[in-house]
Amino acid sequence: MSLLELDDVKVHFPVRKGILFDRTVGHVYAVDGISLTVEAGQTYGLVGESGCGKTTLGRAVLRLVDITSGGVVFDGTDLARLPGEEMRGFRRRLQMVFQDPLGSLNPRQNIESILSEGMAAHGIGRDQGERREKIKDILAKVGLPANALSRYPHEFSGGQRQRIGIARALVLEPDVIICDEPVSALDVSVQAQVINLLEELQQQLGLTYLVIAHDLAVVRHISDVIGVMYLGGLVEEAPSDVLYESPRHPYTKALMSAVPVPDPEVEDARERILLAGDLPSPANPPSGCRFHTRCPWAQERCASERPVLTDLGEGHKVACHFAREIEEGTVEQTRSTGIDAVVATKAVVRKDAEVAQEAGDPAAAGVPSAAAESGADASVGAGRPGTGTAAAEADAGGADEAPAVPAQSTAESADAGERSPGTG
Amino acid sequence: MTKKADKIDRLAELMQSSEATTGASLWREAMRRLRRSKMAIIGAVVIAVFVVLAVVGPWVAPHAPTAQTWRGEVFANQGKFVGMRGENWFGLDHLGRDMFSRMLVGARQTLLVGVVSMLIGLLVGALVGVLSGAAATLGGRAGQRVDTVIMRVTDIMLSLPSLLLAVSIAAVMGQSLTTVMIAVGVVQIPIFARLLRGSMLAQGGSDYVLAAKALGIRNKRIVLTQILPNSISPVIVQATLSLATAIIEAAALSYLGLGNPDPAIPEWGVMLSQAQRFFDNEPMMAVYPAVGIIITALGFTLLGEAMREALDPKLRG
Amino acid sequence: MALLSVDELSVTFTAKGRKDSTAVDGVSFDVDQGQVVGLVGESGCGKSVTSLALMGLLPDKGVRVGGRALFEGEDLLTMSPRKRRDLRGSQLAMIFQDPLSSLNPVVPIGVQVTEILRRHRGMKGEAARKEAAHLLDRVGIPDPDRRLKEYPHQLSGGMRQRALIAMAVACAPRMLIADEPTTALDVTIQAQILELLKELVDQEGTALLMITHDLGVVAGLCDQVNVLYAGRAVESAGRRELFAHPTHPYAHGLLGSIPRLDAPRGEPLSPIRGSINDRISWADGCAFAPRCDHYTMECLTGTPELTEPRAAGHQVRCVNPVLPKPQAEVSA
Repeated sequence: MSLLELDDVKVHFPVRKGILFDRTVGHVYAVDGISLTVEAGQTYGLVGESGCGKTTLGRAVLRLVDITSGGVVFDGTDLARLPGEEMRGFRRRLQMVFQDPLGSLNPRQNIESILSEGMAAHGIGRDQGERREKIKDILAKVGLPANALSRYPHEFSGGQRQRIGIARALVLEPDVIICDEPVSALDVSVQAQVINLLEELQQQLGLTYLVIAHDLAVVRHISDVIGVMYLGGLVEEAPSDVLYESPRHPYTKALMSAVPVPDPEVEDARERILLAGDLPSPANPPSGCRFHTRCPWAQERCASERPVLTDLGEGHKVACHFAREIEEGTVEQTRSTGIDAVVATKAVVRKDAEVAQEAGDPAAAGVPSAAAESGADASVGAGRPGTGTAAAEADAGGADEAPAVPAQSTAESADAGERSPGTG
Repeated sequence: MTKKADKIDRLAELMQSSEATTGASLWREAMRRLRRSKMAIIGAVVIAVFVVLAVVGPWVAPHAPTAQTWRGEVFANQGKFVGMRGENWFGLDHLGRDMFSRMLVGARQTLLVGVVSMLIGLLVGALVGVLSGAAATLGGRAGQRVDTVIMRVTDIMLSLPSLLLAVSIAAVMGQSLTTVMIAVGVVQIPIFARLLRGSMLAQGGSDYVLAAKALGIRNKRIVLTQILPNSISPVIVQATLSLATAIIEAAALSYLGLGNPDPAIPEWGVMLSQAQRFFDNEPMMAVYPAVGIIITALGFTLLGEAMREALDPKLRG
Repeated sequence: MALLSVDELSVTFTAKGRKDSTAVDGVSFDVDQGQVVGLVGESGCGKSVTSLALMGLLPDKGVRVGGRALFEGEDLLTMSPRKRRDLRGSQLAMIFQDPLSSLNPVVPIGVQVTEILRRHRGMKGEAARKEAAHLLDRVGIPDPDRRLKEYPHQLSGGMRQRALIAMAVACAPRMLIADEPTTALDVTIQAQILELLKELVDQEGTALLMITHDLGVVAGLCDQVNVLYAGRAVESAGRRELFAHPTHPYAHGLLGSIPRLDAPRGEPLSPIRGSINDRISWADGCAFAPRCDHYTMECLTGTPELTEPRAAGHQVRCVNPVLPKPQAEVSA
């Protein structure tokens, strides 16, 4: 049996308005039906861009946000329905490492106090002396000097602070550690130290990780299985190497091609799949497949029917109606993925195979600035007649032009609104 | 391997200069910054002098503050006063009492009014603020409702002009020093409550509070050890600043005649109020208490501002 | 002659009652017409301060700037503020990391764009508005006419960065300074913006000074790369040369510590130990020595000079550079 199982987890943040008695005027669909399993001793990497709901999902597992529906089964117990005090007890076994190493440490507590707080809450260690011995032990494990005990968070460097954050989780001897962007706030040279530390600790202590990050390279480096999230849903899940070798979902393909590799040979040779437009707001997600407004291969069916995660074999799961067809090349590209996906603003939807091919070559598509307008106009002409995807096109336009408040800030403001109704 | 030891020694030597201080809490660092601030030192000296006067005033006063020793020399109705002289440093008031002694003794009353009314505002306000803040950050939906209700009440209190509120309280409770203290204190309650709640709310959304929840620490303890210590500094600053306003407001109420009905007990606000009738003939009678109030208020304000700068790491230059 | 020639630029922050802190400690590089030059380094390496110094955006008080920065033969550092203002925007433009805080929140995008056109190109009324719409269109903002009326907060992060780029290229500047232009953006949006910058450089022949911490971005975009550490360039080379043969232990270590998407899983990273706080002053020796595995007594005596131990034009500031060993090749 797997250690951690998420079953159709949904987290919808209500957007409330009102002065004294507020009413719900809508929802932010931060996490919208996610199922996944994490095996003991494994690392599950969750990757996605800001606003895709990955952080919310991590917090939902620990019940730091309210779960709207679905189950979080940890070692046979459904945490989603556990009463408060019992859940508090379970928190010892599920720990978290945060993104911002400074912000997640109380600035007015010294390291000993920070590390012993959790132990005291769970009755670990008879007295402070016993706890201190244990803390010293853990500090050595994460590579901090023993004299760190009496110092305060602001006296450490970023990498050291993250080690403190890791130590704080470790003193409780958890089974699962959820790492929410564990290295993204750190300098590159220090990132590697923390990544290596996490891997060493996993081997030594047999930990299970759920790593949440936006950096695909980091996730690929440490994960056994990777799940790719887009707008609250899982679009693809596969073992790390399989995902890298053969990404099947169009979004994964685009994401993979967008990650810069520090090697000019690779950079020059690769073909970028550029996506048009921005992430739609999770408060108003597109119909059907969430990705159809930006997908280069979007078809009519994508706008109406939401694809489910289906197993293609070897644990490779994809949520795309046309995954197979795209692979075989039997479905035509409906949007450009070249430079004109970025600079041509008027027509991103095309039907012409010819035009699509031309668009694949950035050099040929790079229209001189003076002619940019006319060039774009021409492609409108080419795109319009006989468009079989009128609905998809209209939707795409709508999503592009929707009041594009950045997705995350919407979620945050909704979150804040929930906390302090009507007083903001 | 001496060569290797050499280079390690040399490196350690070169890095020494960049070594930072260790084991200093934010409070201690704030104190260090405070000690370096000129503003804080001036403020602290003024306050120290004022407090010393308030404590020892009655014993060192050269004359009894109520004794009308020189009543035969002053004819207030005819505009005849006695100004500064060797025997009476600040001159005499309209009843022939020694102004210097009255100032000394009055300092205690003024300090008492300031401190007590500030404490009323601080304690009640902080209690309300903690309840509201804790309910809002950790109390779930129900807590948020509680918070909303409390905050609406404080909003109403805040929207009333403070002097008007104080006058109404004084009118209901009658004239006395206690009335003044309560009136001035009550006005401060919503200010402290809002401040602490706002500060707690800001901290409540921070990652370390989330981390504490994830650690499985109980809500009560999260409020006490995590949120409160980090939200308290603006309240400390406000307390210092509001001592200044409390003294001024108490003086204003006394001036309006709502203060201590017993004119025999000197208090700077009352003295100022009494002096107004004779302002044309003897302005100095008003100047002494007024300057006393201004300097004291300034002292508290300076210290408060210096503390604000020392406690807020973002303002660090 | 180079379009921009920076020579021994240094910036020192002086505050009363505190030790002077040197953010930039003698940085030199050239940028040619149509060239993309990268300044790459981690936080505290002085790359952003360099860009601010070049744009004249450092505060007047408490800062000491030394060295020269010749832009078309004129020194940017000693230029009169008035002249620099004229130059800024018309000849030299800048794109910042955080597009939201570099746009005025209470003024519509359109007004902010036309303001530049009015000031530097003398355009007015309908002509300016049309040109503004054209510029937004040029950087790929859909429905530019409507966007012109909107406020910065109504745009998404990627869209805001585009608007900022539109403003920067409004006057067809000879040179663009981009300070971490994609750091605040998601990868797919980052790819869009990088392609856009690439295209602008190709089409307009604008020189681009790219300031970033991301070696991946540098690898795909820059012609010439300068690696900065603690306020000094430690290695400078053409992009292919640098990535193929990182020779300064810092650059070498940096490349070894980045998880690469195309590296097989489980290949351990070789991090650099310590943090940027563990350093010594350049005056005493090599600032990187405390984190370096190969430092010797020689590294602790005075600033190491730039040499070319591997190839012509590949400059390295190190007395013990990472060079290929006879038997085992060390390269990325």
